[in-house]
Amino acid sequence: MRTLVFCEHHGGELTKGSLGLLAKAASLGETAAVILGSGVGGLADAAGRHGAATVYVVDDPALRSPLPQPRVDALAAVVERAGADNVLFAASVLAADVAAGLAARIEAGLNWDVIDLVVQSGELVAKRPALGDTVLVDCGWTTTPRLALIRSGTFDPVETGGMAEVEKVEVSFEDFSTQAQLVEHTFEESAGPSIEDADVIVAGGRGLGAPEGFALCEDLAAALGGAVAATRAVVDAGWYPYSTQVGQTGKSVSPKLYIALGISGAIQHKVGMQGSGVIVAVNKDPHAPIFDFADLGVVGDLHQIAPRLAELVRARKG
Amino acid sequence: MKIAVCVKQVPDATAARRMDASTKRLDRSGEGALNATDVNAVEEALRIKEARGGEVMVVSFGPAKAMESLRKALAMGADRAVLVTDDAATGSDLLATSYALAQVLERESADLILFGQQSSDADGAVLWAAVADRLRRPLVSQVAALTVEEGAVVGKRQTEFGYDVIRAPLPAVVAVSDAINEPRYPSLKGIMTAKSKPQETLSLADAGIAADRVGVAGSRTTVLALEPPAAKGGQVKIEDDGTAAEKIVEYLADKRLL
Repeated sequence: MRTLVFCEHHGGELTKGSLGLLAKAASLGETAAVILGSGVGGLADAAGRHGAATVYVVDDPALRSPLPQPRVDALAAVVERAGADNVLFAASVLAADVAAGLAARIEAGLNWDVIDLVVQSGELVAKRPALGDTVLVDCGWTTTPRLALIRSGTFDPVETGGMAEVEKVEVSFEDFSTQAQLVEHTFEESAGPSIEDADVIVAGGRGLGAPEGFALCEDLAAALGGAVAATRAVVDAGWYPYSTQVGQTGKSVSPKLYIALGISGAIQHKVGMQGSGVIVAVNKDPHAPIFDFADLGVVGDLHQIAPRLAELVRARKG
Repeated sequence: MKIAVCVKQVPDATAARRMDASTKRLDRSGEGALNATDVNAVEEALRIKEARGGEVMVVSFGPAKAMESLRKALAMGADRAVLVTDDAATGSDLLATSYALAQVLERESADLILFGQQSSDADGAVLWAAVADRLRRPLVSQVAALTVEEGAVVGKRQTEFGYDVIRAPLPAVVAVSDAINEPRYPSLKGIMTAKSKPQETLSLADAGIAADRVGVAGSRTTVLALEPPAAKGGQVKIEDDGTAAEKIVEYLADKRLL
């Protein structure tokens, strides 16, 4: 089975999600990476080290901005050349639009929100949680190439130390594809890792009491080397930026450790974080729904517990 | 300016949702509602119309009873509703749905096509990109602030890496995020006048949609099986007796997370 992985990059590095997907693809068979951008040839080595045997590079000024439509043109050309059975995308704002645009362009089936890919009776099957993760759906495709968007943080990158063969591909762009133009791009400065890439997330909700309460989350996250996330309620209230929102209308994350401070655990939040490895919840309401799915639930005052916890973690780490 | 808003009827959020074990599809027999984030798209369309004049239409592809939900958009202030419905369309996936919508939208030739952020039933957040590709129009998605200029739209959005401002010439496809606005509630007058607004129900043939490109025949993804979600075991719940922080550290150390 020949799998092509769309490798997204940012700031001169391939995203962790894309590298993780290369590892998954390599477990399914022959693996190739696609890197699209302007001045991105140097990223091919990293794809090779993480499991790609071939890297297709489309290096073109039309791909400088992180916009989807010229990427659909480029990817359609690469898919045709590579003859891929599967094309995988680590879910992101950009990747979702590229995947769906490609699906329409080449009339290929797309399954999204996939948390695993398995081969059953010779056929690729995508596992996808649905209806607020109350049911796990086995999804298939009736034709190839099969397209899939994989939930962020699902697979960890594995360094294989391999060397990829690099193939440069020239493509032409559709008129409509380059009509949308990026006129401004502002990086969001954050001290720690982004919530999609973080192994540890400390998330805050209404129970923090006030916007200033996020200082507790930030301090604990700093001690643990993690990132800070927020619930929709506090983002709506303007306590914390939308980019940190986890949940149905925010981001889906699956860190190794998720510490929820003052979060009730409404379904809208739950669907964005229940894939986390270990969930620790601190809430003063013993009946908060989050205790139904937290691995360790602590009924207590987060204002007492969080600072002490940060202190203990720091002491332990020396 | 003519604005078409693509909307979907989903099971009401307050009702229990379930998959039908025999068809492996979502059971849509219960109460339906206009998908919550589509309401943001309708609201944005109405605001643009109020500022610049024009027409707002809502377009949907779904079961016949979806018209009940489209009426909410009319009650909010949309001018007319078009629903493409046909038994042969049941089971349409992204490919089939994007094709059907593109066929309808092509005939309407709107200046601006709006989508909401995500369907609450299928968790899809991709349809706009497929529709934009089929219509060969520029796309701006996840827009949290939208400005309409002469012949163009400018959208500000948030990605994993910061803020993008994207300009696209009209006609364009724009998908808005639910952070873009606070939708109005339909007024009593709005609800009363909604009933008399144009509500068009089209069959596949009426809409110029090839039957073999929608429904199961036109879809390229399938549902093979349904399973219960993986159960989580070994949950611990404690009450803070003054040593909760120590207990958390112990627990994390035990799980090798420190």
